[in-house]
Amino acid sequence: MKAAVLTFPGSNCDRDLAEGFQQAGADVTMVWHKDTELPSGLDVIGIPGGFSFGDYLRCGAIAARSPICSAVVAFAKRGGHVIGICNGFQVLCETGLLPGVLMRNAGLKFVCRQQGLQVGTADSPYTSGFAKGARITVPIAHHDGNYSADAEIVARLKGEDRVAFTYLDNPNGSVDDIAGVLSENRRVLGMMPHPERATEAAHGNTDGAKLFAALIGSMATA
Amino acid sequence: MKAKVHVMLKNGVLDPQGEAVKHALGTLGFEGVDGVRQGKVIELDLADGTSEATVAEMCEKLLANTVIESYSIEMV
Repeated sequence: MKAAVLTFPGSNCDRDLAEGFQQAGADVTMVWHKDTELPSGLDVIGIPGGFSFGDYLRCGAIAARSPICSAVVAFAKRGGHVIGICNGFQVLCETGLLPGVLMRNAGLKFVCRQQGLQVGTADSPYTSGFAKGARITVPIAHHDGNYSADAEIVARLKGEDRVAFTYLDNPNGSVDDIAGVLSENRRVLGMMPHPERATEAAHGNTDGAKLFAALIGSMATA
Repeated sequence: MKAKVHVMLKNGVLDPQGEAVKHALGTLGFEGVDGVRQGKVIELDLADGTSEATVAEMCEKLLANTVIESYSIEMV
């Protein structure tokens, strides 16, 4: 099981994300943003949280046009698995792999707290370890997590069962409380909450570990 | 030659920063500010002969996120 984690200037959750994959049993390679090729035989790519390129222009905008992201888009279009967390979610929206956009939090404040979520679907490699409707807790830490998409896109996401997680107590103004969305083929997940920060007893909460375990488990049996 | 690109949130897209600025103007005693929209201006120094179409392509590919933003180009 091979995972890659991207690092951009300003990424700050890249090593935590690598730990999350490793704990679930994956071999992890760190990949620098200037690289043009991904390691061969890769199963999943993680795009970490942080403030890539200082959030210049728009969050995730510069990272989405970096050399490695062309390879990530090609990988996803071939059916590869990609998970983007926080800034990674913003990057995935900027690449167009996921619909919508993350705007400034409605309350204008940076929000950092343990966040209650509801699992929107168990039908994905990332969420198969949860029951649909289960309530879990995952930390959030973001300034631009206000998921916005037009009514047509939101209706399609819901109709196709692609809302992976919703907030129980909407912290940022996201449309319909959306905290994470899946691609059409269900192999690309973008989410604002940080499952990699809830993977060990020392974190005080291990709900996030179930996501990595389900993902790596689904690949082992595939 | 230069180009000025104005990027604005599309109508109908809520602009929380603009709302905050509007609120602050009210606090300062400015009455009658019915709305504030905050955008950005990007100035480009370009090689002579660069076409407006090329600048439009830059907008589409990077400078604006056309999901929520519109842009206008001023060649100067």
